Amino acid sequence: MTANVLLFWEAASSVAGEVNAFFVCMLILCTVVAVGIASFLIYCAIRYHRKAENELGSQTRYNIPAETLWTVVPFVLFIGMFIWGAKMYFDIVRPPDNTINMYVVAKQWMWKVQHPEGQREINELHIPAGRAVKLTMTSEDVIHSFFVPAFRTKQDVLPGRYTTIWFAAQKPGKYHLFCAQYCGTSHSGMIGWIYVMNPREYQAWLTEGAAEGSLASTGEKYFHQFGCANCHNFTNQGRCPDLRNLYMRPVQLTTGQTVLADDSYIREKLRDPDAQIPWGFASNVMPNFTGIVSEDQIVALISYIKALGPAPGTLEPASPGAAPGPYGAQPAAGATGATKAKSQLETR
Amino acid sequence: MSETATLACREQFATPEQQRETSSIGMWIFLASEIMMFGGLFVAYSVYRLSHPQAFQEASAHMDILLGSINSAILLTSSLSLAFAEHSAQAGSRNLLAIFLIATMLIGLAFLGIKFTEYYEHYQQHEAPGIWFDATGPHASGIQMFFVFYFVMTGLHAIHMIVGLGILFALLLRTMLGTFTAEYHSPILFGGLYWHFVDIIWIFLYAIFYLPGLHK
Amino acid sequence: MIETAVVQTVKKNYLTEKQGILSWLFSTDHKRIAILYTFSITVFFFLGGFFALMMRLELLSPTSWLVSVGTYNKLFTMHGIIMVWFFLIPSIPGTLGNFLIPMMIGAKDLAFPKLNLLSWYIYMLGGLVTVYALFRGGVDTGWTFYTPFSTSYSTTYVISAAVGILIAGFSSIITGLNFIATIHRMRAPGLTWFRLPIFIWSMYASSMILVLATPVLAITLLMVAVERIFQVGIFDPALGGDPVLFQHMFWFYSHPAVYIMVLPGMAVISEIFPAFSRKPLFGYKAVAFSSIAIAVIGFLVWGHHMFVAGESAYSALAFSFLSYCVAVPSAIKVFNWTATMYKGSVSWDTPMLYAIGFVGLFTIGGMTGLFLAALGFDVHVHDTYFVIAHFHYIMVGGTVMAFLGGVHYWWPKVSGKMYPEGIARLSALVVFLGFNLTFFPQFVLGYLGMPRRYAAYPPEFQMLHVLSTAGASILGVGYVLPLCYLIWAWHYGRDAGPNPWRATGLEWKTESPPPTHNFEVTPIVTAEQPYDYEAMKEELQLV
Repeated sequence: MTANVLLFWEAASSVAGEVNAFFVCMLILCTVVAVGIASFLIYCAIRYHRKAENELGSQTRYNIPAETLWTVVPFVLFIGMFIWGAKMYFDIVRPPDNTINMYVVAKQWMWKVQHPEGQREINELHIPAGRAVKLTMTSEDVIHSFFVPAFRTKQDVLPGRYTTIWFAAQKPGKYHLFCAQYCGTSHSGMIGWIYVMNPREYQAWLTEGAAEGSLASTGEKYFHQFGCANCHNFTNQGRCPDLRNLYMRPVQLTTGQTVLADDSYIREKLRDPDAQIPWGFASNVMPNFTGIVSEDQIVALISYIKALGPAPGTLEPASPGAAPGPYGAQPAAGATGATKAKSQLETR
Repeated sequence: MSETATLACREQFATPEQQRETSSIGMWIFLASEIMMFGGLFVAYSVYRLSHPQAFQEASAHMDILLGSINSAILLTSSLSLAFAEHSAQAGSRNLLAIFLIATMLIGLAFLGIKFTEYYEHYQQHEAPGIWFDATGPHASGIQMFFVFYFVMTGLHAIHMIVGLGILFALLLRTMLGTFTAEYHSPILFGGLYWHFVDIIWIFLYAIFYLPGLHK
Repeated sequence: MIETAVVQTVKKNYLTEKQGILSWLFSTDHKRIAILYTFSITVFFFLGGFFALMMRLELLSPTSWLVSVGTYNKLFTMHGIIMVWFFLIPSIPGTLGNFLIPMMIGAKDLAFPKLNLLSWYIYMLGGLVTVYALFRGGVDTGWTFYTPFSTSYSTTYVISAAVGILIAGFSSIITGLNFIATIHRMRAPGLTWFRLPIFIWSMYASSMILVLATPVLAITLLMVAVERIFQVGIFDPALGGDPVLFQHMFWFYSHPAVYIMVLPGMAVISEIFPAFSRKPLFGYKAVAFSSIAIAVIGFLVWGHHMFVAGESAYSALAFSFLSYCVAVPSAIKVFNWTATMYKGSVSWDTPMLYAIGFVGLFTIGGMTGLFLAALGFDVHVHDTYFVIAHFHYIMVGGTVMAFLGGVHYWWPKVSGKMYPEGIARLSALVVFLGFNLTFFPQFVLGYLGMPRRYAAYPPEFQMLHVLSTAGASILGVGYVLPLCYLIWAWHYGRDAGPNPWRATGLEWKTESPPPTHNFEVTPIVTAEQPYDYEAMKEELQLV
C-alpha cells in the first residue's frame, strides 16, 4: 500500500507535479486553519467550562475588526486559490502544438483506441515517454470519462460529440486507466492500463503491429466503400467540395458564418450534412450517414481526410494547424498532387 | 360563517388584515415557484431553438396560427372578464361577481376545447412525438424536438388551466353561498392572480411556438 | 406522616389534547405534523443507512462478493435518492422547522396549517412511489440520473423513481412557501427582523431555495420521464438532444439543494451555541446576512459539478470564482460560532457536543470544498472518493450532527421530558469517531484515484476501504443508540419544565410540552436585542 502511494506521488506526467504542489500547499494551509479552529474550540470548552448550573457568560455581541479580518483574509486567500487553480487548469487542458494525435471510442464497457499508424488497442494505450499525446474521444452510447490518476487528468467522453484530453507522460511505467463517469452495470470493469514506454521501445512496438495499415489507409478504404469517392472525386466537378486542403482550414458556410473544418466538423457532416453547408454548395445532396458509419469508421475517415494533400496548383501546405506525425512524413509544403498525397498515406 | 366573515379570520391569525396580507404573500411566492418551473422549460427550449434554428422555424410553420391566435384572444378576454369579476367583488355585487366568474370559466373551457382540437389536428398530421410522428428530411430530429416541447409546455399550461378552472369553480360556489362582501373578497383577488399568471404564460408560449414559422 | 394531596390540574398540551390515530393523521397543528415528519424521516434514514451499510460491506473486498455489480449500482442509487430527497431535505425543516418556527416568533401556528398537513401527505405519497420503484427492482442510474443512460439505456424503474421524487418536491415547495409567509407576517408584536433568532433567518434563506430551485428539478425529472415513456430525444444525442443540458438543469437545482440541506443545520447550530455559552450569538447581523448570501450566491455556482463535462473553459472560470465567493459567508459563520464560546459559560451537554462537532467537521468539509473549487485540482479528483468524502463531511458530519444536536436541545420542549445525558454524550462521541473513521480515509482514496460508484476496485485500495467500513459500523451503532434512549426517554425520562436550559427564545417561555395554541397569551417582545441574556438575567435566574 505504502509503495503504491509513494509511486503515485511521483509525477508521472508533466502536470502532475503542479497538482501535487497545489494539494500540499492547500493541505498545509487547511490543516493549520482546522487545527487552529479546533484548538480554539477545545480551549474555550475547557477554559470557560460552566462552573455552576446558573452561570451567565460575558455578553460580547460583535467586534467589527474581527469580523472584517475574518471576511477579508479568507476572501483574499480564496482568490489566490482560484488563480492558481485556473492557471493549473489551462496547463492541464490546453495541449501544446506538437502532439501525437490518437482517437478513442468509448462504449459500454470498454475503451477502443486507434493509433494513427493503424494499431488498435482495447483497454490499453501504449505511448512514448516524453511526448505529448492528444486523444480525441467520443462515446458510442452513454457518457464515460477517461481518467488516468497518475497523470492527474480526466475528461468526460460524450456521445454525439468529440472531447479531447492530452498528457505528456514523463516516465516509463504502467498506469491505471479508469472510467470515471458512471455508465451502467460494468462501470467498475471499464478499466485498463496506460503503458508508457521509452521512445525506442515504442518505435519497436509500433512497427510490429497493425497489419492492416495506417488509420488513414483504413479511412481511404472506407472512403471508397461508403461511396464518398463518387462525389468527392478530386476532379473539381463542382458538385461536392474538394476535401483536399480541408482539414483545420476555415470554411465559409451558406449562412455567412465561418467555421473551422476540425474533427467535429467532419463528424457532423456525416451525421447531419445539411446543418452546415459550405458556401456555393446545395443542401439535400449529401446523404445522411447516421447509423451507416460507426464512430470507429468516422475516426478512420477523418484520418484519411487529414492526410489528403492540397489540391493541385495550390502552393500552400495542407493543414498548417495540424500536428505533424512524428513517425511519418509531414504533409510537405507546396505539395503537387495526388501521388504525393498517396505516399503520405503509406507512412502515416 | 357568512355574517361574521367580515370580522373573523382563521384562528392562526390575529386580525383579518394579517390573514389577507399573509395570503397575498403566499400567492406571490407560489407564482414565483411557477415562474421557475416554466422558466426551466423556456430555457431548455431556447437552447434547442439556438442550435436548430431552421428545424424550429419549419416546425413552427406547421402550427395552426389561426387557432393559436384565436386562443390568445380568448384567453385575454377571460382575463378581462375576471378583472370585471374582481371589480364586482370590490363593489360587493354578488350577482355580477357570479356572472363574470361563470363567463371566465366558459371562455377558459373554450380555450381548452380549441387547444385539444389543435392537439388532435397534430396527431392526425403525424406530428405527435412518441405517439404518431413521421417527419422526414434533414430537420426531422429538430422538428420532433420542437413538437416535444410544444406538447410538454402547452400540456403543462393546459393542466394549470384546468386547475384554474377548479379554483374559479370553488370561488363561484363560495360566491353563491354569500361568503364574499365588499370588505372580504381576497380569495377572488388571489385566485384571480393565478388565472392572470396562467394567461401571461400563454402569451409567451404563443410567441415561441406560433410566431417563428411566420418568418419566411 | 401527613399526606399532602397535591391537586394537579392536568393541563392539556398538544400531545394530550386529542387522542387517537385519526386525530394525528388529520391534525393541522404544526407540532403534531412535525412529529409525523419525524417518524417518516427516521424510517427513511435507517432505510438509506441500510443501503449504505450494504455498500460498505461489499467494498470490504476488491472484487464482488456480497452483491452483484448490478445490485451494487442500485444500492448506491437508492442510498442517494432516499438520503437526499427523503431524509436530508425534509428533515430539519419538516421536524424542527415546523415545530419551532411559529413558537420562536410567538405565533399560534404556521400561516397555512392545512397546506402544512398536505405537504406531509404529498411527501409520503412521493416516498411510497419511490419505495414502490425500490421493491419492483430498484433504480441504477445514480441519484444524479445522468442522460442518456437514465433515459435510453437503464432497464430499471427510472420513471417511478423520477415521479416519486417529483411528487416529494411539491412537499418541499409548500413547506418553503409556508415558512416564508409565516416569517414575514406572523411575528409577535415587537419582534422586528433583527430581533429574530438566527434559526429563523437561516430557515428563511433555506425556504427561499426550496421555493425557487425545486420547480426546476420537477421539470427536469418530468422531461426525463417523458423521454423514457415516449422514447423521444430531449437529452439523448442519438435523437438530437443534449446530455449536457440535462446536467445544467439538474445541477441548477441540485447545487442550491445542498444549501437546503445545510442551512437548516446551521440554523440549529446558531441556537445551540448561544444557549450553551449563555451569551448572545457573536456577530448576529453578519450571520444573518451570511445566511441570505449563501442562498443567493448558491444559485450561481452549479457549473462546478461540470468542470470536466464539456462546458467551456470560460464558464468554468466563472463558476470556480463564484464557488470561492460562496465559501466566504460560510467561513464567516464558522468564525462567529466559535467566537460565541469565547468568555462564555460553556456547557458540555449533548447538544453542545454535537454543535462543536458540527463546527469541526463542517470546517473540514468546507475546506475540502476549496480544493474542489480549484479548476485544475478538480480535474483530478472529480468523480472520485474525494468528492464523496467532501459532501459526506458536510451532509453527515454537518447536517446530521446538527439535526441530532437540535433533537436533543429541543427534546425537553417537544416531549416534556429530559433525555439521559450520560448515554447521550457517549453516543455523540461514538458518532464523531465512527464518522471520521468512515470518511477521512476516503479523501486519501480519492486523491489516489479511486473512482466513485465502483463495485470492484484495484487491490491496492483495499486497506483504506476496510478502515472506512469499520468506521461505518461504529457510526451505525452511534445512530441506533439515540433511537433507543430517546424512545425510552419519551416514556420514562424525568420531567423537564418549561426552560431546563435557561435559554432565551420565545419557545422556552411556554410549557413543555406546549399547549396546542403554543402560548396562553400572545407574547409581546420588548427585549431590544435577541439572545438578551443580560436583560433576562433575573427571569432566567442566572448569575
